[in-house]
Amino acid sequence: MTAVGQNAERADARLKLSGQAEFTGDIRLPGMLYGAVLHSPVAHARILSVDTSPAEKLGGVVAVLVAGDLADIDPHYGHALRDRPVVALGTVRFLGEPVAVVAAESQAAADAAVAHIDVRYEELPVAVGLDAALAAGAPLVHEKRARAGAAHGLGDLPDADGNVCYRYSFRRGDVERAFEDAAVIVEGEYAFPAVYQYAMETHTTIAHWQAGELTLWSSCQHPFLVRQEIAVLFGLPLDRVRVVVPFLGGGFGSKSYTKMEPLAAAIARKAGRPVRILNAVHESMITTRRHNMTARMRTAAAADGTLLGRTAQAWLDTGAYADNGPRVTATAGDAAPGPYRWHAVDVCAHCVYTNTSPAGSYRAFGATHLQWIGESQLDEVARRLGMDRLEIRRRNLLRPGEEVRPGGKPLDADLVGDVEKAAGAVGWGEPPARSALDNHRRRGRGVSVGLLAAGAHPVSTATVRMGPDGSVTVLVGTTEVGQGARTVMAQIAAGVLGIPAGQAVVRGTDTRYTPYDRSTGASRSTTVAGLAVQRAAQSVLDALLETASARLEAPPQLLTVADGGVRDPGGRSMTHAELVRARFGFDGGELIGHGRVQPEGGSGSYAEGPVFWEVCVAGAEVEVDLDTGVITVLRTSSVADVGQAINPQLVARQDEGATLQGIGNALFEEMHFAPDGMLLNDTLLSYRIPAFADVPATMRCTIVENGDGPGPFGAKGCGEGALAAIPAAIVNALADAGVPMNTLPLTPERVWRRIQELKIS
Amino acid sequence: MTERVSATINGRAFAGDVPAEELLLDFLRDRLGLTGAKQSCEVQVCGACTVLVDGNPVSACCFLAADVDGREVETIEGLAGSDFHQRAVEAFMRHAAVQCGFCTPGMLLTAKALAARGLRGGRDEIAAAMNGNLCRCTGYRSILDSLTELLGGTP
Repeated sequence: MTAVGQNAERADARLKLSGQAEFTGDIRLPGMLYGAVLHSPVAHARILSVDTSPAEKLGGVVAVLVAGDLADIDPHYGHALRDRPVVALGTVRFLGEPVAVVAAESQAAADAAVAHIDVRYEELPVAVGLDAALAAGAPLVHEKRARAGAAHGLGDLPDADGNVCYRYSFRRGDVERAFEDAAVIVEGEYAFPAVYQYAMETHTTIAHWQAGELTLWSSCQHPFLVRQEIAVLFGLPLDRVRVVVPFLGGGFGSKSYTKMEPLAAAIARKAGRPVRILNAVHESMITTRRHNMTARMRTAAAADGTLLGRTAQAWLDTGAYADNGPRVTATAGDAAPGPYRWHAVDVCAHCVYTNTSPAGSYRAFGATHLQWIGESQLDEVARRLGMDRLEIRRRNLLRPGEEVRPGGKPLDADLVGDVEKAAGAVGWGEPPARSALDNHRRRGRGVSVGLLAAGAHPVSTATVRMGPDGSVTVLVGTTEVGQGARTVMAQIAAGVLGIPAGQAVVRGTDTRYTPYDRSTGASRSTTVAGLAVQRAAQSVLDALLETASARLEAPPQLLTVADGGVRDPGGRSMTHAELVRARFGFDGGELIGHGRVQPEGGSGSYAEGPVFWEVCVAGAEVEVDLDTGVITVLRTSSVADVGQAINPQLVARQDEGATLQGIGNALFEEMHFAPDGMLLNDTLLSYRIPAFADVPATMRCTIVENGDGPGPFGAKGCGEGALAAIPAAIVNALADAGVPMNTLPLTPERVWRRIQELKIS
Repeated sequence: MTERVSATINGRAFAGDVPAEELLLDFLRDRLGLTGAKQSCEVQVCGACTVLVDGNPVSACCFLAADVDGREVETIEGLAGSDFHQRAVEAFMRHAAVQCGFCTPGMLLTAKALAARGLRGGRDEIAAAMNGNLCRCTGYRSILDSLTELLGGTP
C-alpha cells in the first residue's frame, strides 16, 4: 500500500493536541528582551523631533531604536518595491506606522516606556481611501518613485502615476465591435472591503546577533525570502543570516514576505541582546490586510448566450507601502475575464498608495476580489436571456488545453465537470425551496467558476536522508502553517520509497540547514516543493536499487519496491536498512538524495506562468430574511480539482477552512477606517470572524482527481480556490433570491437597504 | 504591589507572590513555562487562552493571576494524558481536526468543561456551547464531528 492517497495521520497533531508544539512566542532565549513599538498617531506627517530620553531613563529599558540608529545602512525594504523604511525616516505615511522601538527587560516595561517617547509631528494632508488618493491634486503618499524590489517577478514595473504605484493591463480582440454586436450588456460598479487575515498567532519574531551573524526565529511563511531581504538590508552575506521557523499559528498570506523581522533585527542590533517582538492583534491588523477595491465591469453577450466581450477596471488600495500589492493587482487583473472564451477583453488593474495601513497577501488574492463581480454579471446575462445559469457556463467555459492568457499555461482542468458537481451538491436540479417558506424569507442558489494563477515561482529544492536503520528525514523549506505540509511531504517521500508515511519525518525550516524553497503560498507547496521531495526521494531510491541489483544479482528494472524493502522477481528481498548498511559496509553511512525544481526554460516569471491554474469552483444556497436583511448560508459546495490528492482528508480540510473564510469575507468581515486613517474596529470584539454557529448545515467538498497536475504523482495545489469561489456563489444565490448586490460584505443593514430600494416584499 | 497566591495548578500546589496586575495567561506562560495556553485576541473572544479554574473555562488573557488564590487551575499540560484527553486526541485524529494547532488546547479545555457539565446532545447544541472558541483554519466541521463523537455519542 502506497503512502500517497491515504489519510495518513497528521505528523504534528499529537504534539499540538497536548500543547507541546512550539510556536515562536513560546521560545525564551537566555537574556531575551521584550520589544514594544511606538506607532504614529497620525496618518501623514513630517516628524519634527523625537526625544527618547524620558523613555531611556525608565527602569528596565535597555535600548530605544529610532531612525537615526540606521544611518549606517540603507534602511529600505520591500520585495516588490523597496519603498518601506524599517522605522519612519522623517515622514509617517499611515496611522500606526512604527516610529520607534523599545527593548526592555519585561513586556510591561517596554509597553510603558513607549508612552514616554516624545515625538512632534507636522501634519500633512491625507489621502485615505481610494477616492481621496485618486482625486486630482491628491496628496502624494510617496514623493519619489521607489526602486524595484528583488522578488516581485513582474518584469519591468511601469512608472508611478500619482499614487498609482503599479498597473496591470491587457487588451485582446476588438472590444468596441464586441459591444456593438451584443444583444445584452450588463454593467456595474462594485466595492470590496479591506479584510484582516486573522492568523490566530500574531506576527512574532525573535532576533539575536552573535559575532556579526543574525539569527531570526520568526512566524514567517517565506523564510528564504526574508533571509534575502534582511541580508540586503544589513549588508550581510546570505549565510550570515539564519531564519528558523517554528510551527506557525496560521498564515493565510499574512505572514508572507518580510513583516516584523527588520524591526526586530534592528532593535536587537542596538540592544546587543536578543529581542522579541510579539504583535498584539491590533498591531497585526495594521501590519498587513487584504486590499479593499473598487471596480467597474461590463459584459457583452449575443442573444444565444455566447459571450462576446468584457471590460474591467479595478483600483486596489495597497495602503502606504506596496508590500505584495503589485502581485495582488496582477492576479486581480487575470481573474477579471473569468475562464471563458471571449471575442475581446480589456482589463486594467491599478495598485494605489493611500495613507492607510499596508495591504498584502491574503489567501486567493485577486481572484477573491474579482470572481464575484464577473460571475454575478454572467448570471445577470443568463437571467436577461432567460437561460439556465449552468447552461451559459457550459456554453462558454474554456476546455482543457485552451489558452487562458496569451503566452501562459493553457487550461489544465475540466471546469464544466467541476461546476456541474458544485451545482449538484447544492440541489441545482431540485425544485425551488421558496414555496415552502413564509412571505418574509426567500431562498436562492448560485454557483461560480474561476481560475487563480497559482504556484508562484517554480523554484524549490529538497533533501532526503536515509540512515543505516532505514529512517528517513526530509529537509524541505515549506513552512508548516497548519495546512499539513510536513505530513504531505512525508507521504510523498514515503510513497517513492515504499515505506509507511509515518516512517519519513519532516523537520521544520532552518535556512542554515534546509535547502532553498522560494515560498509557502500560492498553493505551491505540494506541487512545487513536493516535486523536489519526490525527486530527492527518487535519488535515494536509485541508490538503493543500485545496491540491491548488485547484491541480488538482478537488473534494477526487475526489482520492486514495497514494505520498506526491495524484492527481486524470485521473491528474495533486502530491507532498505540492509541495503544502506551493505552499501557502506558497516553500521554507519547515509544515503542523501537531492531534488531540484527550476523553471523549464524562461525565467519562471509571472508572465510565463502560472505553474498551474488553481480551480475556484463553488455552489451555495442561501436564505435571506426580507425584514432584517440577515442571510443564512444553508448549503455550500466546493470542488478541489487537485489532480491527485496526496492526503484526501487534508484536502477537504483546506476547502472547509477556505469555505468559512469565504463566508466571513462575503457576509461580515470588513475593516473600517475613519477619514483620518484610524482603524476603528481593531479588536476581535468589533471585527468578527466566522465561529462555530456560522457553519452551514451542509458543507460539501468534492475532490476531483484527473491526474492532470504538474506536481508529484500528477498532483496540483488546492486550498485557495474555495475562498475565491464561495463569496461569488453566495452573491449569486442572493441575487437568485431577488437581491442583487454590488458591495461586499453583505451585512444585514446593506442587504436590508437594497431590499427597500428594490421594493421587494 | 504583589499578592500572595496559593493555588493548585495541574494538581500541584503553588504558593508565591505574584504582581497584583499580572494576568493569568502571563503567569502561566512566563512564570510557570506552561505555554500550551496561547495569546491571541486579548479581549476574551477567541478562546485560544482558555484554561479551567475550578473546572470552569476562563479566558486567561482577561483573568488576574491573583484571583486563582485558593482555586484549582487546569491547563492543557495538566489535561494531557488523562482519560478524557486520550479520547479527545483519538477523536481529533480520526477527523483530522487539527491544523495550525493554535486554538486546539483551548478547544480541548472547553470541551472538558462541557463534558463535566454533562452536555450531551446534538451538533447545534455543541456548536452553540463552543462559540467562544475560534478557529481560522479548519472551518470547524471536523472539530464539530470530533466533539459530537466525544460528547454526544458514546458515554
